[in-house]
Formats: sequence, structure tokens, C-alpha cells
Amino acid sequence: MRNTKNLIAAFCGATMLLASMNASAAGKTLVYCSEGSPEGFNPAFYTAGTTFDASSRQIFNGLVKFERGTTKAIPGLAESWDISDDGMEYTFHLRKGVKFHTTAKFTPTRDFNADDVLFTFMRQLDPNHPFHKVGGATYEYFNSMSMQTLIKEIVKVDDYTVKFILNRPEAPMIANLGMDFASIFSAEYADAMMKAGTPEIIDFEPVGTGPFQLVAYQKDAVIRYKANPDYWEGKAPIDNLVFAITPDASVRYQKLKAGECHVMPYPNPADLEAMRTDADINLLEKEGLNVGYMAYNTKMAPFDNVKVRKALNQAINKKAIIEAVFQGAGKEAKNPIPPTIWSYNDAVVDDMYDPAAAKKALEEAGVKDLSMKIWAMPVQRPYNPNARRMAELLQADFAEVGVKVEIVSYEWGEYLKRSKDMDRDGAVLLGWTGDNGDPDNFLAVLLGCDGVGAANRAQWCYQPFEDAIQKAKVVADPAERTRLYEEAQVIFKEQAPWATIAHSVVFEPVRKEVVDFRIDPFGGHIFYGVDLK
Amino acid sequence: MFLYFLKKLGVILPTFFGVTLVAFVFIRLLPGDPVMLMAGERGMSEERHAALMTEMGFDKPVIVQYGYYLMDLARGDFGTSIITKRPVLEEFGALFPATVELSVCAMILAILFGLPAGMIAATKRGSTFDHTVMTSALTGYSMPIFWWGLLLIIFFSGILGWTPVSGRISLLYYFEPVTGFMLIDSLLSGQDGAFASALSHLILPAIVLGTIPLAVIARQTRSAMLEVLSEDYVRTARAKGLGPQRVIGLHALRNALIPVITVIGLQVGVLFAGAILTETIFSWPGIGKWMVDSIFRRDYSAVQGGLLLIAAIVMLVNLAVDLLYGLINPQIRHTDS
Repeated sequence: MRNTKNLIAAFCGATMLLASMNASAAGKTLVYCSEGSPEGFNPAFYTAGTTFDASSRQIFNGLVKFERGTTKAIPGLAESWDISDDGMEYTFHLRKGVKFHTTAKFTPTRDFNADDVLFTFMRQLDPNHPFHKVGGATYEYFNSMSMQTLIKEIVKVDDYTVKFILNRPEAPMIANLGMDFASIFSAEYADAMMKAGTPEIIDFEPVGTGPFQLVAYQKDAVIRYKANPDYWEGKAPIDNLVFAITPDASVRYQKLKAGECHVMPYPNPADLEAMRTDADINLLEKEGLNVGYMAYNTKMAPFDNVKVRKALNQAINKKAIIEAVFQGAGKEAKNPIPPTIWSYNDAVVDDMYDPAAAKKALEEAGVKDLSMKIWAMPVQRPYNPNARRMAELLQADFAEVGVKVEIVSYEWGEYLKRSKDMDRDGAVLLGWTGDNGDPDNFLAVLLGCDGVGAANRAQWCYQPFEDAIQKAKVVADPAERTRLYEEAQVIFKEQAPWATIAHSVVFEPVRKEVVDFRIDPFGGHIFYGVDLK
Repeated sequence: MFLYFLKKLGVILPTFFGVTLVAFVFIRLLPGDPVMLMAGERGMSEERHAALMTEMGFDKPVIVQYGYYLMDLARGDFGTSIITKRPVLEEFGALFPATVELSVCAMILAILFGLPAGMIAATKRGSTFDHTVMTSALTGYSMPIFWWGLLLIIFFSGILGWTPVSGRISLLYYFEPVTGFMLIDSLLSGQDGAFASALSHLILPAIVLGTIPLAVIARQTRSAMLEVLSEDYVRTARAKGLGPQRVIGLHALRNALIPVITVIGLQVGVLFAGAILTETIFSWPGIGKWMVDSIFRRDYSAVQGGLLLIAAIVMLVNLAVDLLYGLINPQIRHTDS
């Protein structure tokens, strides 16, 4: 009889769940229906946003952080910093009185200090560091941001001052240190675990200085956190944070509607209209920090001719692509960086869609009966949710101007590998999501001469553009950097190594009782500062 | 009987060895490698790629890698996940009870409804009930699991609000897993309402996963029953004046059950396959979804270990079914021996 009663109570429980949770003795609990399981809890080991959401963005802090909802780098565990005139030395003045989490295995005896900064970076930098090989990590992000070759030395000046000495000036260094791989670990915890003979524990049972502390993780099911009462910016308004791992977007939406979660990421485009009209849901939106593009191989004829590239760009009906591929969740791109990044040059005029003019321009360039390949990615990405469909639309657009297109695709790993080849046949659909909000992270990585044969899929090395971005790398003055990047965008548009296609629009449906959730331009989900009515 | 067991075991051991080879080779035949996928759009230099492949031991000839793998297996070491850096056996062990719990409940549901439905359909051959059962079975068998699951969620959880949308238990309850089986752990926890919550979370996924086996069992029971009902001994039983319940329950059903048990044994494999989709839809933390994620990430160790463990379980279940046969029907035992 009692079980029957319980069953009925549970059946009715779905819609009453949040009310009861908020009223529970444990305090305010925010439930986030996350899209997947984290690979682990050490953000330096991984590159996936899902892992960062579960680790660095709740549990840890870096020396630098980004102002919530913006790409502006502001002080984190470093209160301030000085940069030497030659741009080769960065001196960080560390915050005092910052506490690490206390867990069942570890009770910190001291506050955060320079030793923790040294431990965090030397572990990734020095192959002989006792923790370098613990966990079999490869520190992929640290390496892909070239930190290995950039950092010459890290010096502890005193307990609260650390100096980074570089091998070359690097203006985006501050933004780099706001990235997830730079999350600060406790050196004292690492020592304790090493002495206990279980050094790998620090990566699975994380201890950070962040606003939330990990309580429990059940793989593929749930992650539980509690607010850090000693957080240096003040305790979070919510008391508990729960990630209910829900891989399917339609199911996430049903859970949100039923009140089983407060916030969900990555809605299905087909559900957006219903979300807009739902009285219990606020649909937040913001342009994503990404760009989807088609890179010509500028080393191969006839795409080595700028007139051909410009003509083809004129043949592309981007409006139709935004409607069909992004189902409205995208914006036409004219620059290689998204509008949310500083130095975005809005004065640049895009190649207007004009098939007749495109056809004429191709004839003038001496191109007749052109056949080409377009490479379609086999995976979904925010900057290109359906590459196959996009390729088909491009095929139809190019057919109108007399260009015959063959669509090709490969397994994702092969696609990434083969598309780098200097003698690659065809134009490649690809894209990029920003790491640190710095224009250099798009322009130098994707279009710089160093990237030819690698991330620069257009194989484009153009000296005036290269001069502008290299100069911007070493100039400390933000106004001058802005001017140089604006100039670089003008050169890019004139030379058209890519057809810039779209920037995605990020949608975040949240329940009405959620207060002050802000969309992170980096695609993360940050719950410090969020409250519940 | 012992000879019969040895003979069956003699078939299983080479099969197990074959599975190790297939699991090892197939994942490596897929294009792409884990290091390249790890780098993603960011890419990495050829030198770094080569260094990491060496570090992970993937630069050695496949046959050498396979040798190391077999040696590790002999020591009971299923390897460490390339992605999560956790032992494969530990990950499998944490997720497997969830899959078993779901599969067992789905199978119970399928047997509870499939057997009687098939029996009644056979005894009322050509009736509206028979047509309804057979049409439903065909529909159930043909229905895509993904679509069926979403439909049930939208109707029962979204519109009626009767069942939770997904997960294994309400987030209100938290306790350390003891057995990994939520129904048991919720009872052990002593928390009021925890068992009911776990049970309510199990209903929709069990229905979805149990639909195909239910359809198969219903159809198989019907056809086996029809065959048996036309046998002479059934006619004799009827002529003796036995009531229909005794004729069907005692004489017909027992004989009709033999092929049905075979089908039930074979459904174990079907359940594991169906679990992949069911677990994804219902956010059920089992091995189905874990395997798919591991394949996409080219997590060689996890895929090899997972496939091997699943294959071993399916083989053991089938061995148990074969032995059960031998016990039930001495003819089978003697013929096979």
C-alpha cells in the first residue's frame, strides 16, 4: 500500500520537482541538462567544451578570467599584471586570501600562492616535472596555443608575484592565460597525493579555488556540485548545482518543459519557435564566437587567381544557406572573425550575391567549363550544422554560373588530415570557434603564413596581410592592434582566400525562474552569478 | 551432460578468441586515429602526431599491438581508456548494472505480455484479438526505437506528466551506489520514495527496449502454439474430455515453449543493440551509449574491452540457454553429444 502511494507520488513528481528542490533544506538547486559526460576533471587534459563546463568553468580559476558574457580579459587569481616594454616579460601580482576547496581527502593548510601557479604551468611545460606524465596527458590545448615554445621561463619572484618570461613578444598572452588549460591547481594537494602514492587522484577528484566544489559524479548520469562558501568573489547565489546529463536535444527540451531542469544547451533548431512562445521559458540568443567558411586552395589554378575567387564568392546565395542549413540560427559572415570580437571591421563590404556578374567575371578571368570539388565535413559543428546540405546549395549556386561541382567527403580524422595537403584538389568547408576572444586566434591561426600546410586550409600566404597580423602580435597598444586587424580584414576581403559563409547564433533556453544567466561568447556555461526566483 | 557442457565450451573458447581479434582489428580499420581526432580543427604537426602515436604505442605493427593486448588480457587487464584515462573494466563495471537492470526489466515485460498474447492469439486464431495482436506485433517490431521513445516521452511525460522524462532516479535522491542496480540501491538507501522514483524512471525505457522482444515472443509463441495445437496428442487430450485450460496450459504450452526459449535467449543480443538507442534517448547511463561514444572517439581500449565483455556475456547467456535445453530435453543432449 505504501509503495503504491510512493509510486503515485513519484508519477506526479516530475512537474513538482524543481519546486520541491528549491524548497528543500539543502537550499537553492539549479539543474542544468548538460549534453554529455566530461572526459575528466582536469581541463588541461582536454579540448572539449563539455569537459570545460564541468571542470574549469565551475571548479577552477585562472590568473586571468573573462568578464561574464563578454570576451574582455579581467583579473582572476592575479589582481594585476605588468608587461615589460619589449613585451617579453609578464609579471603577475597574485590575489591574497584565496582558499582552495576542502574535500574528504584534502584539507588545505595554506592559501593560494605562487607555488600553485608554478605547479600548474610547469606540469604542462616541463617533460621532467614529476606530474607531467601522470594520467597520460598530452596537454593538447597548451601545445596547440604554442605555449611550449612561447614560454621561456616562469619565475617565482615571491609568494605572491610570478613572472612569465617569453621567447618572443605575444600580445594575446593575457587572453591565453584566461583559457581553460590555465586553470590553477593546488600544489599542496598534488604533494599530498604524491606522498599517498595516488598522484592521479588530483585529476579525478579536483580541488580548485572556483565558485563550486565537486560533490559527486556518476558517469553519463549526473554531476553534483555545492557552492564554495569561501569563494573569493563571494558565495554563489545558488547553493547546489546539478548537471543532469541528457544527450538528446529533444529530451532536454521535454525536461526543461517538465521543470526537470532550469537551463539546457544546444536546442534543436526545429524547437526554437515553440520555445519562443512557451510561457515558462526564456529563449536567450547571441552570436557565436565562430566562423564557417569555404577555403579555396589558393596554390592551385584557377583558384590562385583572385578574380576567380571573387567571382565564385559572388555566386553564393548566403541568405538561402542561412535559411536552409542554419534554419535561421545563423548570420551571414563577411569577415573572417565574428562580430563579437573586438576589432571586427564592420566597414568591410561583402561580395554581393549576383550570379550574372559572377558569370561575367569568370569569363573575363578566362575560366570556361570549370569543374571543381567541394569538400563537405562529415560532422556537425555550430558553425556548420549540415555541411552536406551546404555543399549541395553551393553546388546549385555554382551551376548557375556554369561551374560544375563534385561533392566529396571523408571520415572526420581523414578530412582534417587531407584538407591540409598543399596540393589538395578543391575547396574545403570548415570553420573555427574562438579560444580566447583575440583576433589573432582567428587571423594568425587560420590565415597566417605559418599555417600553410596546416590550419591555413586556403594555403594562403599574402605578405601585406602577414605583415599586419605579425605587427599586431607584438604591439601592446590596443588601439594600434585594432587598427592593424581592421586593415587585415580589408586585405582579406580584397584577396578572398575564403568564401566567408556564416556565424552561428547560439540559443540558450532557460526557465523563467532563472535570474541573470548570460550566454558565454566562448560557448561555455557559467553558473556563478546565476540565481533562482 | 558433462560431455555436452565440454562440447559447448569447446565452441565458446575459439569464438571468444575470435572476438578479441575482430574487436582489435575492426576498430583499427576505421579511418582516422585517436590522436588526430583529439586535435580536431586545431590540428597538430606531423612530428607531434608521430610522437603521440609512439607514446600511446600505436606506432608498432598491429600484430605486435595485438600480442601485447592478449598478454594484458591474460592478466585480466582490459586496458585504460585513451580519453578518460580510467581502466576500461572499471568504467564497464560502473555502467553495466544500469544496462542489465534495464534489459532484465524489458525482458520481463516482453515475456509477461508476449507469452499470453501469443497464446491467446493462437487459441483464438482468426479472431479480432488475433489480428490485433499480430498487427501490433508487426508494428512494434518495425518501429524505430528513437521515434517510439520520443513519442512516449512527449505523451506520458510531456502531455500527461505521469512519468519522468529521463534518468534513473529523481535528482532529489542521492546515495552512493552499492550494487549499481538502482532498484536495489534505492531500497538499501532507506530513503522514502526512492524506490518508487527509480521504478517510475524505469517504466518508459523498459517499454521501449522491450517492444521488439515482446513482438518477437508474441509471434513466436503464436506460431509454436498453432503447430502444437494441431498435434495428435492435443487432439487426444481434448478427446479424453480435458478442459481447454488443461489442454493448453499442461500439454500444448510446455511443448510450444522450447522454440520460444530459443528466441528469448537470442533476444539478449537484440537487447544490447537496442540499449544503445534507448540509453541515449532516456539518458540512461549504461554501456550502450558508452560504446558508441568510444567508437566515435576512436578510444581503442574502450571499444576492444567493451566489445569483448559484451560478447562474453552474450556467449555465456547462450551457453546457459543451451544447457537449459539439455536439462529440459534429454533428446537434444544425447543428439548433440
